[in-house]
This record gives sequence, structure tokens and C-alpha cells, in this order.
Amino acid sequence: MGKINLIIDNKPVQVENGTTVLQAAKEIGIEIPTLCYFQLKDLNIENKPGGCRVCVVEIEGRRNLAPSCTTNCTEGMIVHTHSLRVLNARRTVVELILSDHPADCLVCPKSGNCELQNLAHRLGIREISYQGVQSTYRKDTSPSIIRDVDKCVMCRRCEMMCNDVQTVGALSAINRGFTAVVAPAFEQNLDKSPCTFCGQCVAVCPVGALSEVDNTPQVIRALTDKTKTVIVQTAPAVRVALGEEFGMEPGTIVTGKMAAALRELGFNYVFDTDFAADLTIMEEGTELLGRLSDFLAGKKDVKLPILTSCCPGWVNFLEHNFPEMKEVPSTAKSPQQMFGAIAKTYFANKIGVKREDLIVVSVMPCLAKKYECQRDEFKTNGDPDVNYSISTRELAKLIKMANIDFVNLPDAEFDNPLGESTGAAPIFGVTGGVIEAAVRTAYEVFTGQKLPKIEFTELRGLEGVRSATIKVGDLDLNIGIANGLGNARKLLNQVKKGEANYHAIEIMACPGGCIGGGGQPLHHGNSEIILKRSAAIYEEDRNKPLRKSHENPYIVKLYEEFLGKPCGELSHHLLHTHYFDRSTKIEIE
Amino acid sequence: MANIKLAEDKLKALIEVCKSFNNEKGELINVLHKAQEIFGYLPAEVQEVVAHELNVSVATVYGVVSFYSFFTMKPKGENPISVCLGTACYVRGAEKVLEEIKKVAKVEVGETTPDGKFSLACLRCVGACGLAPVLMIGQKVYGRVAPEKVNEILAEY
Repeated sequence: MGKINLIIDNKPVQVENGTTVLQAAKEIGIEIPTLCYFQLKDLNIENKPGGCRVCVVEIEGRRNLAPSCTTNCTEGMIVHTHSLRVLNARRTVVELILSDHPADCLVCPKSGNCELQNLAHRLGIREISYQGVQSTYRKDTSPSIIRDVDKCVMCRRCEMMCNDVQTVGALSAINRGFTAVVAPAFEQNLDKSPCTFCGQCVAVCPVGALSEVDNTPQVIRALTDKTKTVIVQTAPAVRVALGEEFGMEPGTIVTGKMAAALRELGFNYVFDTDFAADLTIMEEGTELLGRLSDFLAGKKDVKLPILTSCCPGWVNFLEHNFPEMKEVPSTAKSPQQMFGAIAKTYFANKIGVKREDLIVVSVMPCLAKKYECQRDEFKTNGDPDVNYSISTRELAKLIKMANIDFVNLPDAEFDNPLGESTGAAPIFGVTGGVIEAAVRTAYEVFTGQKLPKIEFTELRGLEGVRSATIKVGDLDLNIGIANGLGNARKLLNQVKKGEANYHAIEIMACPGGCIGGGGQPLHHGNSEIILKRSAAIYEEDRNKPLRKSHENPYIVKLYEEFLGKPCGELSHHLLHTHYFDRSTKIEIE
Repeated sequence: MANIKLAEDKLKALIEVCKSFNNEKGELINVLHKAQEIFGYLPAEVQEVVAHELNVSVATVYGVVSFYSFFTMKPKGENPISVCLGTACYVRGAEKVLEEIKKVAKVEVGETTPDGKFSLACLRCVGACGLAPVLMIGQKVYGRVAPEKVNEILAEY
């Protein structure tokens, strides 16, 4: 690989062969504006269709302006990123995009965080000089995601995420010319498509064309209803990202401030999904050990490798794409749903509140959780175990609405009994964390010995597919890990073909795990933010006095007072579920 | 998701077509061409099967089908009418001929009559500009068509 010398805006720069002009400029601190271009560097995700033409530059000796995102540097190239010609062209491009864009920024869900809005501001556009026809298309509202494609700028980032990264294939560019939009097959609604509601399309949409279903109005109504007891649970990945919405450094742990803010918002009890994560380990870990001992005893038809079932995006993906494997995942419900089931039985009883008067709200880094809590099997007589799920972004909105000075808020603690957790729980928020938490408990239960070393660094990292073998007593436990659904597909295909010999596999739908979830503060392609959230999750683990789920005193108490034993009868009834075949079947007429 | 149904012989033929292209993703357009030959059009069910066989998403298949005007999701009539709206035909009054056909056959562009007899489409130039305005019914070409002649021509079918 040779080096290449070129000049950008009168500054000499040396880059590796194969570097684009956009990257080369970035290396010397020149930020060329982009719109369709998108990159999550540390996760190997890139979108460069070269379609929007916002990043055009002038290259001496070339007749036409060149899109810097798809133009490779060549020796001796002289580039101008802000000549008059470039500025005029760039402005015209953005004005043309704006001419077919609804000017309802005031009430748009992306307002303040919109890349097109920022671009118009940065280019100093004060009026839209082109008047023409505006495209109109119906809004599509699913349980998790709203598509408002009138706002679509055809950057096709969502298409790249949905097809190349997640291999879900729910979205594609359809039609041609002015009528082109990104839509599911046959222009059906998302909930009729194989969409998993992972929300990665929302996470990368530069504008308001894709956004989350806003559940904050329902939460506000519940909080102001004096006849209801309203409790809240917060997922591990929320506390390492929420601060970003208030201008805090990415990776800042705001657990205490978050608990304080939730109390100020008026929740009667501020609880933690981390408690339910510890509970999940008790159930899923026991299930894993059960299947393992059946397998080691030589039983046939043991469902191995056991697949984790915490992630609703992943569960949807399995139901659509691998229905023949629907008996293989752990039957343990996700922590969100375990929490709901325990809250509306054990806890409601404890405080003497009727089920229908107890409202459970969850704060999740995830959009699929909104769909999950609406699934019929998670309801009792039509009443959902978890009433409303809001994203990290929606919580930030609620806090701002309530005039809470988040940054200066003194730390507070979670309430008990459903607020206590061990260090095994926060790591549920990052890829590899669920299986690490499971191994910590499984090891001690299986061998009856204390873990020599709590941290299993061999299970950590951000690579899409990872594997590790952990010594558990005499047993070599083979573990597979995938983050991102495309990687999950790769791993499952290996298992199906018999090319991989795993005992347990952890899958998280979002790249990086929940820390990169579709409901998190927008990263705008800065993958360092995801790395910092990951580091914060492990720091949260290290800060805990107890770090193994089975040591959580409130979990021990829950089994003593109520559940009996893990995977026992009541557990089975309240904490376990089953999966459905949602694939399209071809029948002969 | 819903189950889809297809006639056995046609389903087999379609699967054969996919196989003849080695079930390769890159052959999607060619497969769709053949599929449209078999079925006359590309209903959602056919696209589901093609997607399944070529291991691509249905959304991708639909993206291609909706992009090219050659592909249609509506069954064509027994006698597909194509009116040339190329430059030569246009200046010699093809639009009036088109209007007359819409009136006489009671069919809109891109639609099929309820009895399935006629469907109507427009195309650009059949290479017979000397005969403008031109229309085709099936493979038969009619030249120098005046609006008054439309009734007579359609009566042949």
C-alpha cells in the first residue's frame, strides 16, 4: 500500500492508497458536509451511495465536481472544498432537496437533531428558492416505528442498515424518479413486513422520515392519575447514554441522576430492569445447566446450543427467518417482561395494589421493546405486564418537559425490592454481557466452587461474531456471540449446517448490543460514542459490591418468599414464554 | 405472515426458472422476465417465491418490479393494446387515438377491462414512424390509425 500526496484547500496531506477525498480532508480537520454518507467506523458499517451530491468538491483538471465520499485520492490531486463553484452547487443541491421536504421543523420529531436542518443552517439557507410539487405519502405507524416518508431524502441509510447490516430485508427503495420512496414490499405497512422493530433504521435516519412511536403522552397521563400507582424500570444501557441528551460527555454514568429524575417526575417507585436481569440469569442459567446435564447424560434431542432470548428484535428475527429453530432459544422471558410479570404479581401483592391500578413503565434503549410489551402472551386478561415502553430519547424529553436540571441533580438510589442488582446485570447492555453474566452464575452453581476470576474478558469486544471456550470444571463450554442480526444469521447458518459446536449462543440485534440500540441518543455515525458507552457499562459492573446474579439478596428473597426455585412451577408460569412461526409459507393451490 | 398460494404446475415452472439461473441473486431481472412470461404478470405471490428461491428479500424483488415499467403486477388482458406515444406518433395525433380507445374499450392506461378482454398500455416508438400514429394489439400492428377507426379495429376482437 503506497502513500499518496495531495493538496486539499492549500494544505498538503499524505494518505494511504484507497483513501477517499472525504476521509483525507477529515484527517487534516476539514469537515466536508455530507448527507447520504454514513459510517460507524469501529463497527465496519458504511453507506456511500454517492447519491445526494452534498459532499461535492472541485478537483483541478476535472470538468465536473466530484462527490468526495466516493472519489479516491490520487497522486498530486489538488482539491478545493469551498470554492465559489462548490458552494453554489452544494447550496443548489440542498435547496432542491428542501423544495420537496415538508417545512414543519417546528413539530418534527427530529427537530434539533436533524442532519438536513443542520445542513441548511450551516449553508446559511434562508429561503427555499425552488417551488414545485411536493410528494405525499401515507404515514405508516407500527407498534414501534413511524414512517413518514414525505420527509425521506433517499439517502438510503435505512435500506443499508435493514438489508446489509441486519439482513432483515423489510425496507427497499421502490418505484422510480419522483415517486421513489423507501418502503416494505408491496408498499405494505411495516407490521405486515418481516421488520423486527430493531430500530436501526431510525438510529441512522438523518431526518424525521423514520422515528419512534412516542409513548410519553401516555406516561404523563398515568403519572397525573391519582388512582394509579406508577412504577418504572430502567434498562442497563440507558444509564450510560442518557447524559448525552443533556450535553454530558459520552460514557458518563448517570444512574443516580436518572433515579433522582424519575422520582421527581412522579413515579411512585423507581425500580431497575437490572433486578430482572439478575432474575433472568437465575432462570436462563438454570435452563442452560439443565440442558447441559441432559446432554452430558447422553440424552437425545437436547436443544443445544441454547440461544439467549432477552432481545425482542432478535426474537422477531428468529420467528421470521428461522422458524424451524423456534424451540431452541431459552424460554426465559426478557428482563423487561420478567420485571412486568413480577411487578404485577409479587410486588402488587406486597403493596396491596390491584393489578389494574398498577402501571408499569419501562425505559429502554430499544424500540422493539415497545412491540414486545404489546405481544398477547405478555398480557393477563388484556392488561399488559408492561404498560408503556419509552426510549432513552423519550425519557430525556420527559425530564426536559418537567423542568428538571438533570446535570446538577444530586444522585439518588433505586427503591427496593425491585431496584437492587449485581454487577452481572448492567453488562446485559453490551454484546457479550448476557452470556458473561450467565457464565458467572453457571460456573459457581455447576462446580460448587467460587469463581477464581469474575471478569471473562475473552467474551468481550465489538466484533460481529465471536467465540470462546470457557473451562467450567471439567467441561469446556463453547460459547458463540453475535451482535447485529446479519451476524446472527451467519452464526445460525453455521449451527444449522453443523459447522459450529456451541453450547450457548448470545445474540443481540443491535450493533454493539443495547448500547447501540434504536432508542438511544443519536450517535450520528460517531462510533467512539458506542465504545465509550461500552466502557461505562463495564465500569458500572466493577463499581458494584456484588457481581454475580445469584448473590443478589433480593433475588434470593424473591425465590424464598414467592417463586420457590428457578425454573419451578411458578417461575415457569410467570417468567417463561414460547415463540411463534411468523415466516411466509408457500402453499400449493 | 400470511400464507401464499400458487397453482402446482406454475409453481414448479417458476422454481425451475430460478434453478435454470442457478438461483443467483444477480439474475433477478432475468428470472422476473421469465416469470412474467409464465404468469403474464408478477403477483405478490410470485415475487415471494422468487425472493425465497434467490435468497433475497421480497422488498428487494418488489423494488426491482416497481422500478421497471416492463414489469406489471396486474394481469394483462387477452388482447393487450399498446399505443405508441413516440414523437412521430404523438405529433400525428396518437393522444386522440388513446382517448378514443379509453372511451370505446372503457379502460384506463395500465388497467384491464373487468371481462379481461383488453388491457391498455402506452409505449415509446415501435420503429414504424412512417405509419404514425401506430397502435399494437397483441403482436399485430395497426398504422395510420385515426380516432374514427378505433371502433372498427376493436370490433375485430
